[in-house]
Amino acid sequence: MSDILLSVEGLAATYNYVIRAVNEVSFAVRRGEIVALLGANGAGKSTTLQAISGLLPARRGQRAAGRIAFEDRDIASASPAKLVRSGIVPVLEGRHCFLSLTVEENLITGAIGREAKSRMIRTDLEEIYELFPRLKDHRRSISGLTSGGEQQMTAIGRALMSRPRLLVLDEPSMGLAPLVVEGIFRALKRLNRERGLSILVAEQNSTVALRFSDHAVVLENGHSVLSGASVALRNRDDIKALYLGGSLQTDSTKKVLTHAVA
Amino acid sequence: MFDYQFFIEVLIGGLLSGVMYSLVAIGFVLIYKASGVLNFAQGAMLLFAALTFVSLVERGASLPAALVATLATMIVLGLAIERTVLRPLVNQPPITLFMATLGLSYVIEGAAQLLWGTQVHGLDIGISDTFEVAGVLISRFDLFAAAVAGSLVAVFALFFRYTRTGLSFRAVADDQFAALAVGLRLPRVWAAVWTVAGIVALVGGLLWGARLGVQFSLSLVVLKALPVLVLGGFDSILGAIVGGLVVGAIEKLAEVYVGPSFGGGIETWVAYVAALALLLIRPSGLFGKKLVERV
Ligand SMILES: Nc1ncnc2c1ncn2[C@@H]1O[C@H](COP(=O)(O)OP(=O)(O)OP(=O)(O)O)[C@@H](O)[C@H]1O
Ligand SMILES: [Mg+2]
Repeated sequence: MSDILLSVEGLAATYNYVIRAVNEVSFAVRRGEIVALLGANGAGKSTTLQAISGLLPARRGQRAAGRIAFEDRDIASASPAKLVRSGIVPVLEGRHCFLSLTVEENLITGAIGREAKSRMIRTDLEEIYELFPRLKDHRRSISGLTSGGEQQMTAIGRALMSRPRLLVLDEPSMGLAPLVVEGIFRALKRLNRERGLSILVAEQNSTVALRFSDHAVVLENGHSVLSGASVALRNRDDIKALYLGGSLQTDSTKKVLTHAVA
Repeated sequence: MFDYQFFIEVLIGGLLSGVMYSLVAIGFVLIYKASGVLNFAQGAMLLFAALTFVSLVERGASLPAALVATLATMIVLGLAIERTVLRPLVNQPPITLFMATLGLSYVIEGAAQLLWGTQVHGLDIGISDTFEVAGVLISRFDLFAAAVAGSLVAVFALFFRYTRTGLSFRAVADDQFAALAVGLRLPRVWAAVWTVAGIVALVGGLLWGARLGVQFSLSLVVLKALPVLVLGGFDSILGAIVGGLVVGAIEKLAEVYVGPSFGGGIETWVAYVAALALLLIRPSGLFGKKLVERV
């Protein structure tokens, strides 16, 4: 068995068969590794992750070229439900909690796809409450009334309920205070260390992402232009300067709105 | 002197007939919430159910047998529609889906006609007289219809609250993209919802058929449901219930107290006026989704 869990080779993707969002993206995630996908607004991070999770059709997007393999099997045309059951579980950009459901109901939805027994669901819930104690306090609260950080934890917890082998997170830091971001990345690191969970995380916040990841891939205009060990990239000023100015935060909220409309 | 007793009688009559509107509206809301489709064919489904039932009975089937057979037919019909028409159109714009259901309603009506002919059938549930409570006349049939509709709603409420399919439904209704990402199998949820819509159509069809006779104009009760949906909000089951009651009451009260100055017959359109008025004030309806969000 090779130690490569996920490999993406020469991925190209379009929206409505016209707009090229991703041109040529290649990278790999090894077992037990945290890989960060870095890039500025519109670089193609979300498109890449959605291609991996089979979510492009729901966004009227298409994979135009390339190969995506999970454990050496081509998964490029599998349905999201099937991918979740085989272990690739997404945490969407902008959290996407079920706002009118309670926090606990949100978590339980993550276990429905794999047809978990009620007893298993209970033990899994306890594990998640242990990881995110705040969710336990708010388990009966309506999700839409909880804070942004709590919603991000709910979204991650909901994904964990599917018992992922590769967790695919899209900008978990978006719109959150630095301290909250720190807490969330610590939890991810803990999952990675204690359970060997492999993680692919797209981030604009390169500082945090490079601190917690093992490897990083940089996207620019739909191309993967650079990749390497995160320790090495951390010390390169040009990365921040070229691709990832910290001042893009306001742009990114604008982006969320256009996504919501589209 | 204002005759309160008469007023209450009219009001109760209106509320009870409103329950029947709610029943039709709920069928719409379920499918709308689960897939964002305004299923115009709900009326045709209702007609199809009633027609199948009376035709079976006329051909000698016992009432329970006819009921079970019709129920099975409606479930199959619902599943077939979901599978052959709506699933292939998934991710298409809402207007495409709406047009598809509009076309579908004609196909279903045509099929009903082909199968069972075009004549008007009577449907006698055997409950017709009225009784008096504190001097107020109440129709026994209306009360029966309200009780049936009420129990149906209660069963659905429990189903959506406590089962996994129910939870999946509420998740899909909240955020379809997230439901997909979480790994819920949307086609299963849709199939469940169309099954439920088929059951609602059956119950609605029998009750409406008993009241109006089973005939092709039965499919026009969808037009009665529209103002209910506007009033209650397209995505709220509670809204459909309250909206139906309000429309029923407004119609009857207006007919009796305002109608004479228009020369009568305002029952058919007054609900639309009320719905339009509400649209101007609250476009999302009384109970329509104002997203739950933190302020
Ligand atoms: N649903 C869509 N329809 C059409 N074009 C889209 C859609 N989603 C994204 N795009 C376009 O595809 C390109 C890549 O977008 P993508 O969302 O993948 O970038 P991103 O790196 O995730 O950006 P951000 O940091 O803002 O989330 C952008 O030019 C964007 O405008
Ligand atoms: Mg993105």
